[in-house]
Amino acid sequence: MYVVDPRRTSSAQWADVWLGLDVGSDISLANAMGREIIVSGLANEAFIRHATSGFEAYRQCVEKYTLDRAERETGVPAEAIRQTAHAYAKAKSGQICWTLGITEHHNAVDNVVALINLALLTGHVGRYGSGVNPLRGQNNVQGGGDMGAIPDRLTGFQHLENPELRAKFERAWRAKIEPKRGWHLSAMFDAMERGELTLLYVLGENPVDSEADRHRAVKLLRGLKFMVVQDLFCTRTAEMADVVLPGSAGWCETEGTVTSSERRVQRVRAAVPLPHGAPDDIEIIYQLARRFGHEWGMPDAEAIWNEVRQLSPMHAGMSYRRLEELGGIQWPCYDETHPGEMYLHSRLWQEPLIGPRAPFHAVEFEPPVDELNEQYPMRLTTGRYLDSYNTGAQSQRFPSPLRRAATIDLSPEDGERYQVGEGEKVRISSRRGSIIAPVRFDSGLRPGLAFLSVHFHEQVATNDLTIDAVDPKSGTSEFKATAIRIEKYAEK
Amino acid sequence: MDLHLTAAAASAEEQAAIDALLGEPESSWDGGARQIERDGRAVFGGGTARSRRHLLLPVLHAIQERIGWISPGALNYASVRLNVAPAEVHGVASFYGMFSLSPRPPVTAHVCDDIACMTRGAGALCAELEHKLGPAGSPSEGGQTIWQRSACLGLCERAPAALISAAGTTARERVVAPAATENLISTMQDAVNGRLPAEPDTLSTKLSVPQAGQAQLRLLRRAGQVDPSSIEDYLQRGGYEALRRSFELGAERVIQEVIDSKLLGRGGAAFPTGKKWEAVHLQRHLGYPHYVICNADESEPGTFKDRIVMEGDPFAVLEGMTIAGFAVGAQKGYVYVRGEYPLATERLNHAIRAARAQKLLGQDILGRGLRFDVELRRGAGAYICGEETALLNSIEGYRGEPRNKPPFPTQSGLFHLPTVVNNVETLINIPEIILGGGAAYARIGKGNSAGYRLFCVSGHVVRPGVYETPYGPTIRNVIDMAGGVGGTGRLQAVLLGGAAGSFVSPMELDTPLTFEGTRAIGATLGSGVVLLFDDSTDLQQVLLRIAAFFRDETCGQCVPCRVGSVRQEEVLQRLVRRQTIGSVAEERNTLQEIAQAMRDASICGLGQTASGAILSAMNRWSLFS
Repeated sequence: MYVVDPRRTSSAQWADVWLGLDVGSDISLANAMGREIIVSGLANEAFIRHATSGFEAYRQCVEKYTLDRAERETGVPAEAIRQTAHAYAKAKSGQICWTLGITEHHNAVDNVVALINLALLTGHVGRYGSGVNPLRGQNNVQGGGDMGAIPDRLTGFQHLENPELRAKFERAWRAKIEPKRGWHLSAMFDAMERGELTLLYVLGENPVDSEADRHRAVKLLRGLKFMVVQDLFCTRTAEMADVVLPGSAGWCETEGTVTSSERRVQRVRAAVPLPHGAPDDIEIIYQLARRFGHEWGMPDAEAIWNEVRQLSPMHAGMSYRRLEELGGIQWPCYDETHPGEMYLHSRLWQEPLIGPRAPFHAVEFEPPVDELNEQYPMRLTTGRYLDSYNTGAQSQRFPSPLRRAATIDLSPEDGERYQVGEGEKVRISSRRGSIIAPVRFDSGLRPGLAFLSVHFHEQVATNDLTIDAVDPKSGTSEFKATAIRIEKYAEK
Repeated sequence: MDLHLTAAAASAEEQAAIDALLGEPESSWDGGARQIERDGRAVFGGGTARSRRHLLLPVLHAIQERIGWISPGALNYASVRLNVAPAEVHGVASFYGMFSLSPRPPVTAHVCDDIACMTRGAGALCAELEHKLGPAGSPSEGGQTIWQRSACLGLCERAPAALISAAGTTARERVVAPAATENLISTMQDAVNGRLPAEPDTLSTKLSVPQAGQAQLRLLRRAGQVDPSSIEDYLQRGGYEALRRSFELGAERVIQEVIDSKLLGRGGAAFPTGKKWEAVHLQRHLGYPHYVICNADESEPGTFKDRIVMEGDPFAVLEGMTIAGFAVGAQKGYVYVRGEYPLATERLNHAIRAARAQKLLGQDILGRGLRFDVELRRGAGAYICGEETALLNSIEGYRGEPRNKPPFPTQSGLFHLPTVVNNVETLINIPEIILGGGAAYARIGKGNSAGYRLFCVSGHVVRPGVYETPYGPTIRNVIDMAGGVGGTGRLQAVLLGGAAGSFVSPMELDTPLTFEGTRAIGATLGSGVVLLFDDSTDLQQVLLRIAAFFRDETCGQCVPCRVGSVRQEEVLQRLVRRQTIGSVAEERNTLQEIAQAMRDASICGLGQTASGAILSAMNRWSLFS
């Protein structure tokens, strides 16, 4: 296992090899690995010819990314990059897994594409044990996307702007669907700013604490005409809402399915009854529909699932009975004889190739938007602790022996440089805001690199500092790279 | 990092003890001084560090031996050096009885108060020590020494026994057996003054093998007769002839001979040895490494035969292992020696070095292209590690908790690879089988109990020691062999098979000591323990000691055993003190129920047998009415 991470995390410590690159330099690293694989003759030329397109443009793009250049841009020694490239290219099977360190950047999609290029270059895709794999932070992140909680997709990733597909849904639902894609989360805030979005229905999110540049987010939410929040807990977003609908806990109070990172759809069953006054989430939505003049009958999880199966071909073969019998099924599963698929894209290896070629996309390195300069000389990155989940709406309601107070983590060298000891407070300022936090030393950090978690917004409002520079393709903000300044803070 | 070390740091001496074993740290990430410029950008070698997890137990031994206890700082340093989470390091360190995680004086006397030593004055010895040194477990004035009560030290033929360990740059251990207050206290004082001799014991194997020199002996023919440190002596007395013969026969024939011999494992479980070997041998085509393990973690109270074999004839153990390695296609063997056996450890370590020097271990054994080497691992005071899967976990650097079976070690053993695990006594039978032929060996003995057997005769007997006989003699024959009943001369009870075995009454002495014979009276042969109690013995106290032993030694992994062993002792305590809850009959029922739950639901033999001896006694005698 190779771990690429600016910080030396527990995973990095466990790994065979750790590369400690600079925050936001992932494309430089990936492109240099690509170049090294090509010039060393380790590219899988047969696979490239057979199943991909755009290789020549990619080759020309990465030609510029010499190992020396990558060393300058990433900070990782050229030799270490070379060894990593060779190990990946020569591996019998290889996977690239990532999480938010790749996607919480202004060029998130480019970061992902740079990694996919490596998989195509070496043929580490469409085979057992190989592939590219975004790891999910919760049991059903994958399921959320699969079910159509994406601005331009309907259930089963069917494109909303495709009239034929849309017509299929309209027939089944006996309703018109807006023929134009919707907004993603960041775009919604821009729409609020323009006054185009005035009503918001929030299900199980806590944007007051989770949005980058929190001041702006709170101001815009406050400007809404009407906000409904449906959640398990009275979050800070719920506190601002006009109406709060108490939701149910998907993993223990309701019937239904979840889908894991490996695309495995599994049944969940209600293990405990709902607390008094908290209806099932489906029930809430059914009641809303009734008020809007649509009578859907009695809510029934299995009936809804069968509707999914009817409309989404990749879920068609997954009856409740089969899901139970097989302990879950990995999509796609087209009919009731289909066992599901352990890995995707095996078609790329079939002779002759069926379907479109997998495209290389040449992408260029761009440093983070929030530049370092004399006034803001330190790079702040954000992340999560093992015992906490995002804004803590769920995880901070129970005690954990691992949990510690919110701190800004610095390298011991920076502690010396700013003459602060552990537990002493510092003022942390970015171009957007300024907060106070006590210091903790983490030997896994280098000088110049600081870390804040996103969990403890009430003590340390990390998102007062972060930048809302958004990747236009994914709508994600660059939570991972903020330019900051640290000053010793003397309490009066 | 989410998981954090406490602030405690290792002292220079603790670091030195660990570095002496592992070598100097390679970067600031594995314990070296922080050099962020060099180490902050790329680190290779994480996999190498991880792959050294199996060195955790040796590392803990190194700290304990140097300092006398294992501090939180030392645990942290071990955690960083081996890339093992601190909680896991603590979990392993706290698993073993020989490790102290709180400050302890450098000189410790472990004084056996277990059942065999009870028959030879351990009670009086401990009382005197309490009088002279203060209660067990509290450091002496000056803080240089401490004495502790200990479970069976495997020195039963020389009871009462004690083991002294002295930590330091040159750690020393010393067996004192038979122990008396004076020699114990003076040896402790020698240890404090650094005057302990390098040799851990004064043992003359002859004393422990009363039959020494008798012509009919096979397994014990060299013990007490040869210089155990001389490979030349061993070779002159037929040593390694069986290995040469094995090369002539080839692996398949060797295995066939062992199958034909009907040799059953001598560790207690009595599984056919040839079948184990065959199972591992048949996986040779799969291409991954195989292992041979000699289980020398002899810890059953009353058992000491393996110790005497290792001390008196260590090369025989290595030859048996080498033949096993040849037969099953293993290149690496481990001998896992009980931590309380310093002399056996030293003799085996010497034998391994001598065998390597003579090309009887190593890359090209006897010029026949065989690669096989043996590494010695020391246990650290955990009875459960004699259970073969617990032993595997222990070698791998985990808590010595048994694994679920199946898969059996022959399929998924050490490092989850095919592994043969054989007891010491089992292995020294191998040369006999190879040289005499399996069929001939099978004719020795009686019925399905083929071959020779070692018996550990101790307690109230005239000549305690290890005795060899072909299967067949009765309990009475074996007692006679050992000179008859000692003590008052009037026998009250015999314990067969140790704490996990069963009691028999004087009426049952004509039972043959065979698998079939003992089974017929509801007893077990186990590890060959024949422990005698005369009519002055308070059997209630013996049962209490056995119950305390299991309560102490349960690994705690399965609930029935963890809870049942405690409840069993509590019921016995109430019975002994006559403070029963309800009637005596009801308490006996409770014991039966606890025993049933432990037998049915424990995953390993410890829980399954923890009630056997106690119930066997209660069924034979009306002990508490």
